[in-house]
Amino acid sequence: MCGICGCGEGHSHSHDHDHPHDHNHEHEHGAAHSHAPGLSPVRMVQIEQDILAKNNRYATENRRYFGERGMLALNLVSSPGSGKTTLLTETIVRLKDDIDIAVIEGDQQTARDAERIRATGVPALQINTGKGCHLDAHRVGHALEHLQPKDRSLLFIENVGNLVCPSAFDLGEAHKVVILSVTEGEDKPVKYPDMFHAADLMILNKIDLLPYLDFDSEQCIQYAKQVNPRIKILSLSAKTGEGMDNWLRWLKAELELQRIAYA
Amino acid sequence: MHEMSLCESILQVLEQQAEAQQYRKVKTVWLEIGALAGVEIDALRFSFDVVTQGSLADQARLEIIEAPGQAWCMPCGRNVVVQQLYDLCPHCGSHQLQVNSGDQMRIKELEVE
Repeated sequence: MCGICGCGEGHSHSHDHDHPHDHNHEHEHGAAHSHAPGLSPVRMVQIEQDILAKNNRYATENRRYFGERGMLALNLVSSPGSGKTTLLTETIVRLKDDIDIAVIEGDQQTARDAERIRATGVPALQINTGKGCHLDAHRVGHALEHLQPKDRSLLFIENVGNLVCPSAFDLGEAHKVVILSVTEGEDKPVKYPDMFHAADLMILNKIDLLPYLDFDSEQCIQYAKQVNPRIKILSLSAKTGEGMDNWLRWLKAELELQRIAYA
Repeated sequence: MHEMSLCESILQVLEQQAEAQQYRKVKTVWLEIGALAGVEIDALRFSFDVVTQGSLADQARLEIIEAPGQAWCMPCGRNVVVQQLYDLCPHCGSHQLQVNSGDQMRIKELEVE
């Protein structure tokens, strides 16, 4: 459940309760603790465990699965309405004769996106996260069991529309691809830096609408590179097809890299 | 972001460890949270109180050890402190920064009985 992160219903979290916690706790390991073992049942336990360790274990498992099959898995992330599903259907139509493709769709509710993908003729599995704001590696692992993607195939994982939470959850993908549409404003990369920092590729979508908007593409690209100097950027319109060739070339090149490692 | 899921993961770890480490109650949890981990501490505290209600960590104190964000500045050739992912190098103003510390979220230690 995600009542705090505000990803579901534009819920903004504010509370004013007083915490009894001591925020200035001076914490030193080792001899600093005054607890005397044996005198009190209270004791210290060192555990040193990553909070996301469980998710990361499943992600490692998924990554091994993809590696053993020469698959390219991509985690597509964006805010709702950036055109992820349209980009996917247009991509699939252009590639499906040459490449085996499968899709995992994440949404809070409905199977509409999976139905749109299946209409193109490729297998798609819908995961409804219910109250959840992101896909996690565990659910993706189970989706793979059902979907049974082919060896050397291309797997798109379309994450829940949310520019915040999915950035922290590794699904085992080769790359996170963040999609930003020009109707959203050029400052999104600095407003939601975690996602743009975690992504390897940014797709600037809906560029056919640029003549009607005040969107500053140059500034947007500069913001994205400020947050992530290594990010690659492709501008395109899934609707008109402009710029789609570069995206398809990128996909084929990345898939080839996975297949070479597999062979 | 997703602080509620993080707290659920923390509680799972506490419950798993209870058996291995032979404790019945958690009194304090020390977390190390990096400045660049994308975790809102207030939201984390709020969620922690909610998630741990009725559990072995009911009423437990949450202590946060904040870890600074660090990045390697390529032009300067040295580590610099950053507060945000979009920060520029405080010395040369470059954004050619590679974050190398500050995104951790770890449970460090527990006080139990």
